[in-house]
This record gives sequence, C-alpha cells and structure tokens, in this order.
Amino acid sequence: MNEIQNMLIVGVGGQGVILASAILAQAAMEAGHDTKQSEVHGMSQRGGTVSSHVRFGEKVWSPMVPEGEAHVMLAFERAEALRAAHLVAPGGVAIVNRQSIIPPIASGKNFAYPEDPIGDSRERVERVIEIDALEECRKLGNEKMVSVLLLGALSAQLDFDGAIWEKVIRSRVPKGTEDGNLAAFAKGAELATAALAAR
Amino acid sequence: MEASQKPEEKLRYLLSGNEAVALGCREAGVHLGAGYPGTPSTEILETIARMVPEMYVQWSPNEKVGLEVAAGAAFSGARALSTQKHVGLNVAADPLMTLAYTGVEGGLVVVTADDPELHSSQNEQDNRHFARFAKLPMLEPSDSQEAKDYIAVGMDISEEFDVPVLFRMTTRISHSKGIVEAGETQKPAIRGFTKNPLKYVMVPGHARPRHAYVEERLVKLRAFAETSDLNRIEWGDKKLGIVSAGAAYVQAREKLPEASFLKLGMSYPLPLEKIRAFAEQVDRLLVIEELDPFFEEQLKAAGIVCEGKNVTGLLGELTPGRLGAGLVREGMLGASTEVAEGAEVLPRPPVLCPGCPHRGVFFELKKQRGNVFGDIGCYTLGALPPLSAMDTCLDMGASIGNAIGASKVSDGKKPIFATIGDGTFLHSGMTGLLDAVYNRANITVVILDNRITAMTGGQEHPSTGHTLMGEEAFDVDLEGLVRALGVEHVENVMNHDLEDVQAALQAAQEHQGVSVILAEAPCALMPYKIKETPYEIIEDACTGCRLCLQTGCPSISLTGTLTAEGRQRAVIDTETCTGCGLCPQTCNDHAIMLVSEEVTV
Ligand SMILES: Cc1ncc(C[n+]2csc(CCOP(=O)(O)OP(=O)(O)O)c2C)c(N)n1
Repeated sequence: MNEIQNMLIVGVGGQGVILASAILAQAAMEAGHDTKQSEVHGMSQRGGTVSSHVRFGEKVWSPMVPEGEAHVMLAFERAEALRAAHLVAPGGVAIVNRQSIIPPIASGKNFAYPEDPIGDSRERVERVIEIDALEECRKLGNEKMVSVLLLGALSAQLDFDGAIWEKVIRSRVPKGTEDGNLAAFAKGAELATAALAAR
Repeated sequence: MEASQKPEEKLRYLLSGNEAVALGCREAGVHLGAGYPGTPSTEILETIARMVPEMYVQWSPNEKVGLEVAAGAAFSGARALSTQKHVGLNVAADPLMTLAYTGVEGGLVVVTADDPELHSSQNEQDNRHFARFAKLPMLEPSDSQEAKDYIAVGMDISEEFDVPVLFRMTTRISHSKGIVEAGETQKPAIRGFTKNPLKYVMVPGHARPRHAYVEERLVKLRAFAETSDLNRIEWGDKKLGIVSAGAAYVQAREKLPEASFLKLGMSYPLPLEKIRAFAEQVDRLLVIEELDPFFEEQLKAAGIVCEGKNVTGLLGELTPGRLGAGLVREGMLGASTEVAEGAEVLPRPPVLCPGCPHRGVFFELKKQRGNVFGDIGCYTLGALPPLSAMDTCLDMGASIGNAIGASKVSDGKKPIFATIGDGTFLHSGMTGLLDAVYNRANITVVILDNRITAMTGGQEHPSTGHTLMGEEAFDVDLEGLVRALGVEHVENVMNHDLEDVQAALQAAQEHQGVSVILAEAPCALMPYKIKETPYEIIEDACTGCRLCLQTGCPSISLTGTLTAEGRQRAVIDTETCTGCGLCPQTCNDHAIMLVSEEVTV
C-alpha cells in the first residue's frame, strides 16, 4: 500500500517557510522516501502568502497535496493557518505559530484581520497546537531561528531519525548558527510533544 | 545541490525542475546558455552559473537577443541552451520561426517556461502552439528526473534532425522538487562554423527549398514520435485510457491509479497512430491537459474519438481538486469526500517593499492627474491602491509606445506619462523612446532606475555593472543613452524627496516634446538590504489622519492607540522600516521622527 504523507507549510513571504520545507524535504529523502516538494513563490517577496507542499512515501506522483488531505499543517502566521485550515485531513494536526502579520490592506475599509484566527481554525482542524516561536527563540537568545524551531514542532509528528535531521539542518542553516538552530529544533519538538500529551 | 548516496548507487539529488535542467546541461556537455530572466524560468541559468563552471552562461538584454546568441553558438557546432518564460518566447519568436528553416549544427534546446494559473505573469498562453506554428519538435518533462534526462535527449534530437528543439516547462515543473538520479556525462566537441549559405543565409531563393526541408523533417519527426519511448504506454484497466503529458500527467496518475496511460514526453509532433492503436484498446479515451485542447483537437482532427476539456476546463492549473471534480462530473471517478470550503481570510496582495525607491515617484505621479502608461516590473505594483498611479500594463516595453499612441489622439487636457523600469527600458523600451523622439510625441517618460532586475529576484543587466557569471561589466550610462537617442529634456531626481520629484514632474510637463525623468535609487533589497535608522510615530503628535498610509508602505499600520476623537493612530514597525524618509514628508503634524531623535528630545 502506497501511503503518502502530506505536509503543508504556510506563512508570509520572508518568514522562513521555504527554508523549513527545504529541510523537511531533504530529510524525507534521506530517510529513504520518494519525495516531492512544491511551492509557488512568485510574489512572496512582496508580502504575499507562501505555501509549500511536501509529500513523501513509497512513490509520489503529484507534488501537490490534495485539498483536505494534509496530515500536518505547519502555519508560521495565524491568519494563514485559518486560510489553509480546510486543507487539513480529518484527524490531522495543525501547528500554529502565534505571530500575526497584518497586511497594509487591513488599514483600509474593506478588509479586517481576523479577530481569533486560531480559535476559528479549531473549528476546522481536530488537533491544533499553538506555539509562540518568536518568544521561545528569544528565550534561546536568537530570534532568527523561528523557522527551525517550528520545523522541530513538526518533526514530533514524524519518525525520521534524529541523526538525519541533524545532518540536514547543519547543512542548510548559516555557518555559526548550527548549534543554536539544533537547540531551537529540539525545543520545538519538546513543545509540540508536551502540547499533544496535555490534550 | 546536495547529494544523498547509498552504497553502489548513483548520486541522487533533490532538485527543482529548473535545477534539474542545469544538471541535464552538465551531463549533456552543453557549452553555452543565454536567456532573459522571467518567472518561472530564471533559476535555470542562475543554477548553471553557480554549479556548472565548465559552461558559459549569460543574461541577454532580452529574449530575442538571447535566442540569437544561443543560435550563433549552435551554428558554430556547440551545444546551446536558450531560456525564457512563455511570453519571452513571443519576443524571441522572430529568430525562432526562421531557425526552424536554418536548423543547427550543434544541438539547440529552447526552454519555454509557461505559467498556467498566472502565478506571476500577465497572461496564461499555451506555448505548445509554438511547436506546431514553427513545425518544431517539443519535449515536455513531467518531473525533475525527466527535466534532467530530456536535455540530453533534446540535444540528440536537435543534432540528428538538424532542428532546434522546444522544451516546455510549467511553473509546477520548474519550481517543484523531486529526486533525480545522476547519469553519464558526455563531452561533445565544438565542431566550429562551416560556411553554408544555402542553409544559413535565408534569402527567398535559399529559404524556399528550406521550407520543403522543414516539411520533410516534420514527417521524419512524426515517424520518430511513433516509435520513441518518450511516448510510452502504461497498461492498467482498459475501461479508461488517458493521454497526458507534463504536470497534468502526474496529477492524472495519482487520481486514476487504475487507468491505462499513454504518457507523452514529446508534445509535438504527436504519435497519432500509436494513440489510435491505444484508443482502440480502451473503452473510453480521455485527454488530460492543462490550458488549451492542444492534443484533443489534433486527436479529433485525426478521427480519434476522445474527451478532454469537458473534464479539465480551459483555465488555470490542473490541481488535484479541479481534476477530481471534472472526473466525478463526467462519471469517470466515484464521488470522493467533500472538501470543506475555506474560511474567508483577508487577501495579501503583493506590495512595494518598505524603502522601495519606486514609491515616492508614484506618490507624486498620482497627484499629476495624467494618464500613466505603465510597464512590467516591481513598479507595476504602483497601479494598486493606495498609490493607484499607473493605468496600464500590457507587455515589457509597452509603456512608451502606448504613451506615444495616446498622445497622438489626445485632446491635450491631461498630461501623458510612461513609467518604465531600468531593466525593462534596456529590454525593449529604448526603441520606443527612439520612436517618441523621431515622431515628436509630447510625453514624459519616467525611468525607474533601481539598478537591478528586481521583480524576478535580482538579476544583473547591462546597467548593473556585473554579468551573470559574476564578472565586472561595462555599466550603461542611462542619461548618455537617452540623450544619444535625441531626448533634450532630461531631469535627474532623488526618489525619496517628494518635492524634488514633484518639481521634476511639473518641469517635464511644461516641456513640449519628449522629456525623460531619471529616477535613480537602489532597490532596498537587492543586491544589498538597505537598513538605516528607522522612523517611529510619536504617539502624542499623531492625529490619526492616515496621510502616511497613502504611501502604501507595509511598515506602517493602523494599529495604534485611539485619539481623543476616537481615531486610530498609525504605528511604524521599526524592524522592517528601512529609514527611507518618505513618510515624514507626508505628515503635517511632525509626528514621524527618527528613532534616535525621539530619545534625545
Ligand atoms: C517578455 C518578458 N520577459 C520577461 C518577463 C518577466 N519580467 C517581468 S518584469 C521583469 C523585469 C523588471 O525589471 P525592471 O524593469 O528593472 O523593474 P524592477 O522590477 O527592477 O522594478 C521581468 C524580467 C516578462 N514579463 N515579459
């Protein structure tokens, strides 16, 4: 049976969605899975939404996660979590970073930033884990590790070998930040595991 | 490229389609690559510049020149690659159509990266039509492995049939990653240029027999397509047979794991007899393709009964959801579980970055109440609210021609402007400006010179002083160029100084004839991030008037405290503010101060 794992990572341009999904996809391949990854990043640099799909299993044809079949969604931003919540599979998990990035359009009359996007996401996704990644990274002493910390939270949902994660993270993050990023990754995994256990 | 290797296995990489094309070039021993940036094709030449040092690559000022450069190398017996986005092939169509006649000596592969869904394009044209139009073979990979493999295949076809080979990618193929297994590396020699006027000098007397050659070659290519394993049959259940290619094929394989497939690696010419034989074996034949019914119409014209667009529709990308819905509607798939509707969440339209040098120009341009003919680049975002200062966007370089035409039929009541980026001006705006001078148009052209090709991620161009391969280059003097074209009224402005911009716009309008405003200031992001002391809003001074929001700067938001009158105050995000100094000029209450200043007050 060809069971494909579908991961969805969403956020706003510049948040590190692309880095997190590159690490995840490389780790999936190193763990021996056929892997595909897809993102559309045409206008993301200019404040747009970014969404990246990572799929792995014995044989993956399409690089796109079918609507309503994401096993795990990792959202770097609260409103983006809500935008993508319907894409999560029944029984799936959403890991949501508490950050809000309010677009300029919300200053006009026609659009408002949602009041409680995480609460609204809970109506669509069975299990929602909230993480304040920026605050956690501050505690660890480097705000630039949000992306890897959130990836750590996602890793708690997967069974890849720790050594694989370590190897891929070391090869992908800026020189000199490897150990800090690995600590952030471990923190993310710990927070997600604790949050799920507390449910 | 990071390799993962198991013992006694070939090197395996996780590569995007564009990176895979670069690896394919290395393996096929391609000597030269030339092109012009354009999403989703840009990373092909960028990856080669980084990872394939044995290959020469360059950005040309536009796609036409890029294809001509590649053709010159192929005429000279080298293997050559030309890259562009779909609309880029329109620009390169002139050399392409006659290259079909001349053929090549060394292999020539011409990549066209189409953009179904218009992720970042001005139209959604289906460039498979170019293959039929120019009578050229077209390869179409469906994943990264094929994107790599088909480069060598394309080079072989090109050399065997003396023909340029079109290579169609789409955004989903170019930007999706998949596992690629490395192959053998060839080292073809450069054979040199052999004079052959009957083949290369396309005057009517020579081109007439070459046309006959083109038709004969197409017959041979058809025969090749019938037997080539690029077009393969994968038998499954014979109730439903699918003909598909490219990104549509992998979607179809996933949705219909039981069906039989005829997978086309070559989108033109079609192996119609192979398809006919396949069709006879299945109960129902369905063509699954994105955009136009390119295969479907050819099948129907050949008398092969099939369905297609009734399932897939004519618009956009074939997502799993759209394909599934079409298959269910036509009774080819049992109803699947309903996907819930998405929540209504405010959109995030792209905006000019904090500190973008284009902002000040559009802020002032809006006040001139003219008609502003626009162009394509980051500055196209000047058309969106709140700036709303650009009225058209057609194709690269169109702004100046459009402005000339408008000025010739204008009643003179409104000033007429063209706004164009430096990259776009060098791509195809120079000839428009020459036209404006030559034909005495009364227009003002604003050249937004941010010294980079920003829209596509920061590529070099002839006025950046560097080449794609990182070498120092001659840096075109735009003012000298504009004056040489015959423009007499040229103004240089400081983009972030609103008074200066306004004065220049007014002086230019008073000038009868063509005037040019050179608005030069570097992009805030590329090649270096600009970050100076940020500004902040002094809470007590802010009256909540919202004037600063009219700049459309994403660092400013209406998230502050309420004034006594109940108006919400603005706030500047000091993390993202670059300190460009534009917004303080809009504030009548002197509420916007440099962060350090406030500390000392
Ligand atoms: C024929 C064609 N080629 C390429 C593109 C892709 N493209 C859109 S804008 C642009 C460059 C814009 O550069 P510039 O004019 O310098 O403006 P900037 O984005 O730097 O403001 C490119 C390459 C296109 N739309 N059409």
